[in-house]
Amino acid sequence: MVAIANEQGLHARPVMRFVDMASRFQARVLVQREDRLVDGKNPMEMMLLEAVKGTMLEIRACGEDAQKAVDALAELVRSGFGES
Amino acid sequence: MEIKKGIPVSPGVAIATVVMLDAEEFQIPYERISARQVDGELERLEEGFRSSLAEVETLRDNTTVQLGPDVASIFDFHHGVLSQRQLREQVAQLIRERYYNAAFATREVMRRYQQRFLQMEDDLLRERVRDIRDIERRLLRHLCGTPGQSVLDLPETSILVAHDLTPSQTANLGQTGVLGVAMDGGGLASHTAIVVRSMGIPGVMGLKDISRAAAAGDTLILDGTKGLAIIRPDEDMLEQYRAEVLRMRALASGLIELRDKPAITQDEVPVVLMANIEFPPEARTALEKGAAGIGLYRTEFLYLRSEQEPTEMEHYEAYRSVVEALGDRPVTIRTLDLGADKYARSHAREPERNPFLGLRSIRYCLQNMDMFKTQLRAILRASALGDVQIMFPLISGLMELRQSKMALRDAMEDLEEAGIPFRRDIPIGIMVETPAAAIQIRELLREVDFVSIGTNDLIQYTVAVDRGNERVASLYTASHPAILHTLRDIIRKARKAGVPCSLCGEMAGEPMYALFLLGVGLRNYSMAPADIPEIKKVIRSTTIQRAERIAKRVLSFETDRQVNNYLRDEIRKIAPETV
Repeated sequence: MVAIANEQGLHARPVMRFVDMASRFQARVLVQREDRLVDGKNPMEMMLLEAVKGTMLEIRACGEDAQKAVDALAELVRSGFGES
Repeated sequence: MEIKKGIPVSPGVAIATVVMLDAEEFQIPYERISARQVDGELERLEEGFRSSLAEVETLRDNTTVQLGPDVASIFDFHHGVLSQRQLREQVAQLIRERYYNAAFATREVMRRYQQRFLQMEDDLLRERVRDIRDIERRLLRHLCGTPGQSVLDLPETSILVAHDLTPSQTANLGQTGVLGVAMDGGGLASHTAIVVRSMGIPGVMGLKDISRAAAAGDTLILDGTKGLAIIRPDEDMLEQYRAEVLRMRALASGLIELRDKPAITQDEVPVVLMANIEFPPEARTALEKGAAGIGLYRTEFLYLRSEQEPTEMEHYEAYRSVVEALGDRPVTIRTLDLGADKYARSHAREPERNPFLGLRSIRYCLQNMDMFKTQLRAILRASALGDVQIMFPLISGLMELRQSKMALRDAMEDLEEAGIPFRRDIPIGIMVETPAAAIQIRELLREVDFVSIGTNDLIQYTVAVDRGNERVASLYTASHPAILHTLRDIIRKARKAGVPCSLCGEMAGEPMYALFLLGVGLRNYSMAPADIPEIKKVIRSTTIQRAERIAKRVLSFETDRQVNNYLRDEIRKIAPETV
């Protein structure tokens, strides 16, 4: 479980960074917001989550490097995607 | 089922399958593929994505070099969407499971995303819908091949749905067999509306988002009389409208009976009713509706339907087919009247600040003599085949008229030298549509064989209003006393000079104005073929005496509102079925 930390929330650039990173892993990545579950490697679906600053997301993965994927992605979100 | 309300621009009802004309002229074929073709289609999909991705990468690289990495980063989203497998997978699934072809499947998926994006609350995120459209267009371009003038490929039993149609596209519309047209934009006075009306098929415009709400292959009920577009109607609705169609057919056959009856008033004064057409196939419709001839043959479509200027033979072929279809009935061919709202891409060199008052129509011709004479020669050639008259539009003074006549004489010399037959004494006329021409009508009448009043432009120029500008469009009305007095003046002077005078603007096809015009001496009307039966009904239901009384009353009014109220009352009394 992580909270979106950056000002602008999950807009285009963070989405792309998230999706790029998620794609590096073999595992299937799923992101959940409340009752919506989307494919973490699909940029349009990620944007449609409409996650803004403070939104809580749950990152799940299943497959070979699932844990690594979750850790890396969670860190990315917590760090605000390297933005302010 | 979804019911959309728009602006009714052409009456009638059509029930058929939707065919979409994409904003960029991609005609998405609604063909299902067979099981065998699935693999091939999936490969095409891959190829489409690959090429699109390559294009975006090049675009991104070039932009980085020219404008820097920050600007180039807008393509990251496009790149991501195209390179991630997910989108491709969603499309592939439709191909595999529903046997959609690649283009159709892509469009489906992208449209669904667009709908979802449009519902987002966040402004910035919602803006992304443009990117998605862009990606869709790029993919479709690779999947559909080059977009062509696909209007011509439209299947016959379909209703055309589009966001907007350029004049070039409408120029080809008349040669298709579509049963109706539904558009996001446009209005009553738009060029598309005029074309659809003259085709005699239902049309609804201003539907705002029908091109998104409807999909190719959907069943659509188009009610051009009420201005409704019903997407995927349920059984009840379908039944209702099928009954309506039957009723209308019965009405139409009643009107067909009328076709063979003469257009003569109750006090035995004959009136000539002719048709305005734009495309050769409409000549047949005109005859079906009982036209006594073609009062206005608009020739612009020849210039709008392709990038190159039409050759003399192309002109001639089009004129010949109409003249031959009309037999010994008169055909008045108007020379090129490309105007402010009809400029094709090919003619927009430097956009004028005020194209409506600029180098259009006859002025453009007089400054492009080669092109002008090509058309003139073709018209002259056609004059050997039947009763052809030539008409110059937008004449604003004697000099323009004389120059045009000189150009015609030059064209005659050309044909004489080549030994090609034509009618030397071909009747030459002008459209009276500028205030200058209206004011100087006496002088002009001395130098022409006939005149035709073009009320559409005459109203715009006289009242100084752009009928296409929604903000002031309500000022555009033929009921303005200034217009009515001007018309009376022109018609009277023409009669006095013994020069045949007709009226070919939209006003001619409206029952209540027909009464007025009859009363001020007009005996020659030219209108959209579909309007002929009703006007004939009006003529047959009244006397000249009564019409003259009505006209006198109308001319005593000070405002268009008074005119409208009075004329509406009168027409209701005289020919209630036409209301």
